[in-house]
Amino acid sequence: MNHSIMDPMIPHPYKIQRVIKETHDTFTLELKSIEKNGTFSFAPGQFNMLYIAGIGEVPISISGNPTKNGSLIHTTRAVGTVTKEMAKLKRSDVIGIRGPFGTNWPVKEAEGNDVLLVAGGIGLAPLRPVIYHILSKREYFGKIILLYGTRTPQDILFRKELEKLKSRLDIDIYVTVDRATRAWNGNVGVVTRLIPRAPFDPINTIAMICGPEIMMRYTITEISRRGIASENIYVSVERNMKCGIGLCGHCLYGTEFICKDGPVFRYDQIQNIFGKREF
Amino acid sequence: MESLERILVEHPFLKDLSPEHVHLIVGCARNIVFEPNKFLFKENEEAHEFYILRSGKVALEIYTPEYGPITIQTIGEGEVLGWSWLIPPYEWNFDGRATELTRAIALDGKCLRGKCEDDHVLGYELMKRLASVFEQRLYAMRLQLLDVYSGTTPKIKK
Ligand SMILES: Cc1cc2nc3c(=O)[nH]c(=O)nc-3n(C[C@H](O)[C@H](O)[C@H](O)COP(=O)(O)OP(=O)(O)OC[C@H]3O[C@@H](n4cnc5c(N)ncnc54)[C@H](O)[C@@H]3O)c2cc1C
Ligand code: FES
Repeated sequence: MNHSIMDPMIPHPYKIQRVIKETHDTFTLELKSIEKNGTFSFAPGQFNMLYIAGIGEVPISISGNPTKNGSLIHTTRAVGTVTKEMAKLKRSDVIGIRGPFGTNWPVKEAEGNDVLLVAGGIGLAPLRPVIYHILSKREYFGKIILLYGTRTPQDILFRKELEKLKSRLDIDIYVTVDRATRAWNGNVGVVTRLIPRAPFDPINTIAMICGPEIMMRYTITEISRRGIASENIYVSVERNMKCGIGLCGHCLYGTEFICKDGPVFRYDQIQNIFGKREF
Repeated sequence: MESLERILVEHPFLKDLSPEHVHLIVGCARNIVFEPNKFLFKENEEAHEFYILRSGKVALEIYTPEYGPITIQTIGEGEVLGWSWLIPPYEWNFDGRATELTRAIALDGKCLRGKCEDDHVLGYELMKRLASVFEQRLYAMRLQLLDVYSGTTPKIKK
């Protein structure tokens, strides 16, 4: 967004062009700036603050394609006051956007390596721009492996898109759910169970993990067992936010501000506080 | 027998086991194929085999009156299945159903117990490997129980 450096505290109006119901509690909004020259560019992993007038503002990662200008895309799970209200919005409604903020996934550093993406639940949304980016420059990367775990088959996010991606021969996708009936013929079990046999070369792999913190902790244990060094592991950390630009201290995490030093961190840089209760 | 021996040596579960011990195990082994939807075993049946999976996938299911059979875990290529052959009363606690064409080496539990009793070094080696499988499954099951993706998700649909 060309105005974000000038006035990061002022939300800019965006009109909803399309609402996609992804699962029973998760939806995607396609947004377009109402302002003249309101273009938007971002790096995979960055987030925006989404504001609903009179209700509140929440940080949501950008889940669209960073290589395409045009609409701005956010995928959100309705969990509380603001996100449940957001779930009621319809085409042509207007919401406020501030951003993009925060650090990005290491797509440049990953060039020349295998890339292991491990997503849990809604954690697939912030990783989707990485997939778009990598596929747009496919020849620069080694193997691409996506391991995705979610609760039940009905909770699988971007299902059609995953099925389409799976039919490509240059990306390995493994999906697992925590529980299922016989209608589901895929894997059942937590996402970490997919790691021992995932076909990556541990010494030349960059891992990017996004999901509930506990799932990321278990994932790190398992991929470390496979031999990926902590400086090649990246995680996305979530905390409550207010300003989004390092002013209010709301998102303080140890000595780091999630909003500007994160949300994407190299694991070895936060290893001493990651998963610790007092942080 | 020779090809069974080769398959066993290459399986991750038996990796680096001494050739003599692999040879002993082969005496309890048979090659087996399960068509999709065929049961390897059913709850409460006698657990007389231990499976080393070569390809395919097996769903471990528990029957619930509310939802019918629920899959609690799937086991696939490169993994092993079943330890009820080792622990009295040697009965399966779940149903095991092949969800796709599944190739495995079945090891006769009684035969294997006998070999382990006769050769404690083999017994200890196998127990160490099984303990590592127990640990990984327990670890995974704990995470599954935490239901980390729950929040507002409803109960699973039939
Ligand atoms: C950098 C960053 C990026 C994010 N990206 C996304 C995204 O792409 N998509 C998305 O859906 N969410 C994302 N989130 C999480 C999102 O910001 C929160 O879900 C949102 O702020 C909740 O606000 P609320 O007013 O709806 O809920 P609140 O009213 O604040 O909370 C209601 C209840 O929901 C619980 N809750 C809050 N957040 C979560 C959560 N994340 N998961 C489960 N329960 C929760 C609270 O503990 C509380 O019990 C991101 C968060 C951060 C920090
Ligand atoms: S949200 Fe205000 S400092 Fe990070």
